[in-house]
Amino acid sequence: MLKKREVAVISAVTTKCGEHWDKGIKDLAWEAGVKAVEEAGISGKDIEYLVVGNMSGGMFVGQEHIGALVADFLGLNPIPSLRVEAACASGGVAFYQGYLAVASGLYDVVAVGGVEKMTDVEPEQATSVLAGAMDFEWEAYFGATFPALYALIATRYMHEYRLKPETLAKIAVKNHYYGSLNPLAHFRNKITVEEALTSPLVADPLRKYDCSPISDGAAVAILAPLDIAKKYTDTPIVVEASAIASDTLSLLKRRDLCTLDATVNAANKAFQLAHIEREDVDLIEVHDCFSIAELLAIEDLGFCKKGEAQNLVEEGQTYIGGRIPVNTDGGLKAAGHPVGATGVKQIAELVKQLRGEADKGRQVDGAEVGLAHNIGGTGATAVVTILSRRGA
Amino acid sequence: MKVGIVGYGAYIPKWRIKAENIAKVWGQDAQTITNGIGVHEKSVPSLDEDTATIAVEAARNAMKRANGVKPSEISAVYVGSESHPYAVKPTAVTVAEALGLTPYVTAADTEFACKAATAGIQACLGLVKGGYMKYGMSIGADTAQSAPGDALEYTAAAGGAAYIIGGDGVLAEIEGTCSYTQDVPDFWRREGSLYPKHAGRFTGEPAYFEQIVKCSKSLMEKLGTKPSDYTYVVFHMPNGKFPLKAASILGFDTKQVTPSLIVQKIGNTYSGSSLLGLAAVLDRAKPGERVLMTSYGSGAGSDSFSITVTDQIEERRRLAPPVQYYIERKGYLSYSIYAKNRKLFRE
Amino acid sequence: MSATAPPAHWRRMRERYRLLGSRCETCGATFFPTTKVCPKCRRKGKIAQVEFSGRGKVYSYTVIHSAPKMFEQFTPAVVALVQLEEGPMVLSQIVDTDHKELKVGMEVEACFRKLFEQEQSGIISYGFKFRPVNDHWGKYYDNKDI
Repeated sequence: MLKKREVAVISAVTTKCGEHWDKGIKDLAWEAGVKAVEEAGISGKDIEYLVVGNMSGGMFVGQEHIGALVADFLGLNPIPSLRVEAACASGGVAFYQGYLAVASGLYDVVAVGGVEKMTDVEPEQATSVLAGAMDFEWEAYFGATFPALYALIATRYMHEYRLKPETLAKIAVKNHYYGSLNPLAHFRNKITVEEALTSPLVADPLRKYDCSPISDGAAVAILAPLDIAKKYTDTPIVVEASAIASDTLSLLKRRDLCTLDATVNAANKAFQLAHIEREDVDLIEVHDCFSIAELLAIEDLGFCKKGEAQNLVEEGQTYIGGRIPVNTDGGLKAAGHPVGATGVKQIAELVKQLRGEADKGRQVDGAEVGLAHNIGGTGATAVVTILSRRGA
Repeated sequence: MKVGIVGYGAYIPKWRIKAENIAKVWGQDAQTITNGIGVHEKSVPSLDEDTATIAVEAARNAMKRANGVKPSEISAVYVGSESHPYAVKPTAVTVAEALGLTPYVTAADTEFACKAATAGIQACLGLVKGGYMKYGMSIGADTAQSAPGDALEYTAAAGGAAYIIGGDGVLAEIEGTCSYTQDVPDFWRREGSLYPKHAGRFTGEPAYFEQIVKCSKSLMEKLGTKPSDYTYVVFHMPNGKFPLKAASILGFDTKQVTPSLIVQKIGNTYSGSSLLGLAAVLDRAKPGERVLMTSYGSGAGSDSFSITVTDQIEERRRLAPPVQYYIERKGYLSYSIYAKNRKLFRE
Repeated sequence: MSATAPPAHWRRMRERYRLLGSRCETCGATFFPTTKVCPKCRRKGKIAQVEFSGRGKVYSYTVIHSAPKMFEQFTPAVVALVQLEEGPMVLSQIVDTDHKELKVGMEVEACFRKLFEQEQSGIISYGFKFRPVNDHWGKYYDNKDI
């Protein structure tokens, strides 16, 4: 086995997320790629390897072969390029692959991208494409949608832990609040609990404001070994650990419907590799594709016991200044969820926070350690990455 | 060899629409209509129910009552209907597959307006009595079509009944059957048409009554029986009036007809109609009691059956829900939801 | 869509029509959907097909208000996870129910319904759904006046 090298992020950026009527998949990838290279202070020629996360270029825009496409448009030929897919965790898995490539010593400067162009199809069609991330034969075929699967978790959670819809609404309110402070967020409007609770039902008990939007967007991170990264930046952000775990594709065979075991396993592995304790983490970026998912993530990542995340939400402990700030960019709910890009977008937010460069009103003071949590499907894939500013 | 009914099962969708709600849409007087046809409400299928799903539900109930009959022992499945989901691709194969009867089984859809399934029963009787197979099954099921605003809209309903025919474990013996058939253009639907058409009052005398009465008489003559030998008589029920009139022409009294007269509460289930009426009778008949059943299919023909209930009936009928349960299991729809379920709105 | 093409539909048809799963004859565990290997007994396991009774309890449920095109006509539709009496969990719709009576633990039984139609001229996919259990029909046979 090759000796593991310490890996750092030189730069990580995201495009604004939203309905980009004037931008296609190539435009989005180009915008994020150029921005990342500029911010890193490197030249495109320094990049040796490209990994791109993309869930469904084929179904959303009729375009496959995304690795070569992005390499081509960023002028990176003839370096090796590839696309990875793990549904909504495609970005996180792409980051993991880039991390392995550098840690292994095979490559020095690696670009990790994520891109999704979702708005060229009608919303019902997008729902069908996303349904491809569940077990098509035994879930989607019988009428399940993604909101429905998370609603099944929510109903059961409410039954077992006496969760109230108001608590879920408060998660959306927080995420919209941080979205209002984030110029790159899909939604910049603040909402009230009342508005969330009276928004249209999507899949009972989940309403419109419990669901993340369909967004276009791209994100890119540039990775390098820590010693090389220091040549480019004074604030290299160290990848303390990145871990992936898998679970059953469908909800039918889960050990416990209210726990995403993949999150538990990936988090335990990541904390073990990083030699970092939960109480040392200053902020977390979690996969709140639905409000209930943010609640599950806080628990399954180990920040509180099962059934108790609702107390943290109710007490406001997930805001900056609370016990564990969650989704300071607005999360998937407000910042947007361009599925294949989301995992890399989360890294961009953590890098910004750990460098103290977050927008006014949403900077976690003195943030040293951050955690990103990216989910595919209903938790069949979970990626947990821990970053720190130890290298600065 | 005693051959007859080894198992029977009924199914009626949960939903109903009241005649008054239909009358309101077309500006008609509900009282006049219900007095005229003797039907107060009719069953309506859900959006996800069709002839195949109704046939499967009825057939599963029949299997429950056919105690001990293995799916592999049933070697014929016939589904009679005017509303097969496909023009080409048999409903019967879906039913056979859903019941686990495949692959060593013959399956076919039959069509003879509302008597398609009694023709299937006759085929099963022949195959069983001829020694070609141990058991056969015939199912009558429909999600009856009617043009919006047509008089048929008050009666065209959904439901079905399934019969397993065999010589072993008979709970009602079929002692004889005969048919009576002529070309009579009383009611039809052309290929590609969505709704049937009918010749109004012509559907009565020369069509329904001519076939039903002559066929019933013919069978009684053949068997040497008379109306008083039967505790029950069951006819096809296009409305609440025709069966009573047919009974009176033949010399049956009202009491012999009413136990099977379910049309008032669920409407005319077309291919399911006389067979659901028979099921309602089997739900209450005592061992030794006799039943005369005569179906009717427009176009036109009738099949008559003389049936004697055996002492196995009391124990076996309890294995599946009775017709009365399905009649009382109901929820009401508005005309607009009915129109959506029946796909009356088209792009 | 290729995932709903006739051959794809046909491959899983029997399991969907009859609610078929697997049973390991070595340890007795039951599985849905069907499995080729018993995860506990591995190579020592002996997998056989089993037809489930269709009886079960609602483990969780939701009412879908926003559905993809092929399910749009059924909205608002109830989708539930049902724990079968034999143990395995299945997902399908609950029909013939008043949304107000839905609750975790509600007893349901399988029924045979259309899952969706592929356009007006395409094939029809049938399969199991669930409806509330009613075991009280026995009383009709004790009432002489039915």
